[in-house]
Amino acid sequence: MKENNNHSNAKRYGMVIDLDKCTGCGSCMVACYSENNVPFKTDETNKLDSLNWIRVYKISNNKPYPHSEVCYLPMPCMQCDGIGKHGHSPCVSVCPAVATDYDYSTGIVSQIYTRCFGCRYCMAACPYHARKFNWWDPVWPADMEKYLSPNVSARMRGVVEKCSFCFHRYQLARDKAYLEKRQELAEDEYQTACAQGCPTGAITFGDLNNKSHAVYKLKKSPTAFRLLERLETNPKVYYLSSKSWVRRAGDNYLAHEETEKINNKVKEPYEAKEHL
Amino acid sequence: MNETPLIPAGVKRCSKWQFSLWMAAVTAVLLWGVYAMFLIWYKGLNQTNMNDAYGFALWIWADLAVIALGGGAFFSGFLTYIIGKDELKNIINFAVIIGFICYSSALLILAIDIGQPLRGWFIFWHANVHSMLTEVAFCLSCYFAVLTIEFIPLILENPKLAKKPFLHHLSHNMHGIMAVFAATGVFLSFFHQGSLGGVAGVLYGRPFAFREHIFIWPFTFFLFTWSAAACGPCFTILVTKITEKITGKKLVGDAAVRLLAKISGWMIITYIIAKTADTIYWAYVTAPGLGFTLMDFYTSSTYNIGLLFAEIIVCGFVPGLILITKRGRESSFLLMTAIILAVIGVSLNRWVMVLQVMAVPLFSFNEWYTYMPSWQEVATTVLPVAYGLIVISLAYRYLPVFPQERELNPID
Amino acid sequence: MFPFIFEWTWDISHIVFMGGLWYAISIIGAGLTFAIVKSLFDVYGSHDSHGNGHH
Repeated sequence: MKENNNHSNAKRYGMVIDLDKCTGCGSCMVACYSENNVPFKTDETNKLDSLNWIRVYKISNNKPYPHSEVCYLPMPCMQCDGIGKHGHSPCVSVCPAVATDYDYSTGIVSQIYTRCFGCRYCMAACPYHARKFNWWDPVWPADMEKYLSPNVSARMRGVVEKCSFCFHRYQLARDKAYLEKRQELAEDEYQTACAQGCPTGAITFGDLNNKSHAVYKLKKSPTAFRLLERLETNPKVYYLSSKSWVRRAGDNYLAHEETEKINNKVKEPYEAKEHL
Repeated sequence: MNETPLIPAGVKRCSKWQFSLWMAAVTAVLLWGVYAMFLIWYKGLNQTNMNDAYGFALWIWADLAVIALGGGAFFSGFLTYIIGKDELKNIINFAVIIGFICYSSALLILAIDIGQPLRGWFIFWHANVHSMLTEVAFCLSCYFAVLTIEFIPLILENPKLAKKPFLHHLSHNMHGIMAVFAATGVFLSFFHQGSLGGVAGVLYGRPFAFREHIFIWPFTFFLFTWSAAACGPCFTILVTKITEKITGKKLVGDAAVRLLAKISGWMIITYIIAKTADTIYWAYVTAPGLGFTLMDFYTSSTYNIGLLFAEIIVCGFVPGLILITKRGRESSFLLMTAIILAVIGVSLNRWVMVLQVMAVPLFSFNEWYTYMPSWQEVATTVLPVAYGLIVISLAYRYLPVFPQERELNPID
Repeated sequence: MFPFIFEWTWDISHIVFMGGLWYAISIIGAGLTFAIVKSLFDVYGSHDSHGNGHH
């Protein structure tokens, strides 16, 4: 966890997911499986031992007809900046073998498969269940192996894996920029597979620090919220929803607490820091 | 009399046949566990019923529990060699053996528990010094080395081995500097027992486990060390009593047991007061700040508020109060009740701090996560028990474990 | 664990942790070495000097 103090050009890649636009079609999941060589089981009924780097949850307001409403909520790794925004993510700080690391130049939390020895402490630490364990050897149907991406290493049994914000795409884009003697990447040069795969354009991806990127403005929307914000994990995945019950479902509140009041209170110190 | 050159002089042991039969029965259980262990190493952790919500389960509990119970070794060592409670020399050998069994079991369980056992050494090689688990791994391994060093002189006192001059001197010389090893053991134990508490306490993404910090250490750090020092000696006494029951002999004098029980009682009382204070602060300050009420953590039928009551009142204050009173310690029934409750109490605490942490849902749209261990997990957890019985049986038969045995059980 | 492994840093937390670790390992190692060497002297010490005197 060596800290790179050169923050001047540091990116903070993040995502804004508009839940009003999400239809729960699962395209993001399919795109992710295919892009990142994520293996699957013959029977995927038990979601608790499935490998998925992004999972679409279905949530409901638990009200009877005609007031019942549902919302689909895609959940990738939140790429937490951690408490105090120092890269002290819940998972990174606990990994005993530095097999997961916070990249200060992008804000992306990496997972080094060949370093991980499968203690699963990071899974215990992650409140989002974003981390998945390889309970089995990865197996694909015979012909499918030919379609695996050469840019992403397949994982072995006994290690933890998770969403990397398609980090290999970032590396490819950086390589291209380097050859063209450019320092900066354009917004569309680095996009995740889920963002591109979403047919309704619900997922927007970009640098949260860059004023010209769409995510910069979207995250400031009054209907924006993050999951379990009160834990101070500082996720880089934001959600938008016009429905207040959805925004409330994203965190835990005592009965008398008002969603917006608490949300603003949690955001204040965070936003203040951002403008420093 | 079935004396052989291997059995210490002046003590009576059961016949070779009786011993072999007992060992065969325990070995059968051991082999069941060994089979499950190899199955897991060969086929992987899909042999367990763990899942992505229950990354930590039965094994991590077993690990934390045996380390807490094995805490009797470091605390008795501290009292005997550093504080100078000479009376405890009558029980320290056995405390060391129990500690040795507990710590070797903990290391074995960890070797089964990790997904890539052949990479286990990465935790040392690529150590992240900020992780509580790294600290646990280092101190656990070092303290296991200390326990082995404390155990060796006793092994060398076996009549046959003691005939070799070098081994005889080695045993004597190691005894001579035992206080140095004991002090190192206390230092290491303080940190790894604490870090095991820290493992849960630092999880700021898990409001059920998370506790406020003093410097870099969450409250659970201190509570775990304290509870291990408090309840570990109770386990030492419990195993001593069981051994006495099985062998039909009194092996440790009442004075040593009562002294250890008294110290343990005061440790339990002070611990449980601290634990109560911690629970109140967590319930009224920490958790509400994160949007949870205390009762949010106890809405499951398995994990209900009765658990907290059992841990703090029934298995905390009750044994503590019994053990600090003279009458409690002198009544065999009350003493046994108290030490059993204390052992259950610390095991329950470790269970809650591992499994309930995993079970609590963090989103309003999630249900409680459930888990039932597979037979492979159970077998590998029973394995250390069988292994422990074998080590204790061998040690009791061939080594002068109990200095008072001859005096308390004169032959003829 | 060793300075030649690339995670090694000379920051304060590293020094405190590794310092404590190597301190404990050194004491255990020194204690063990002392006991073994002293036992060797106890057993062979006088015998050896006696033997050497004859050669």
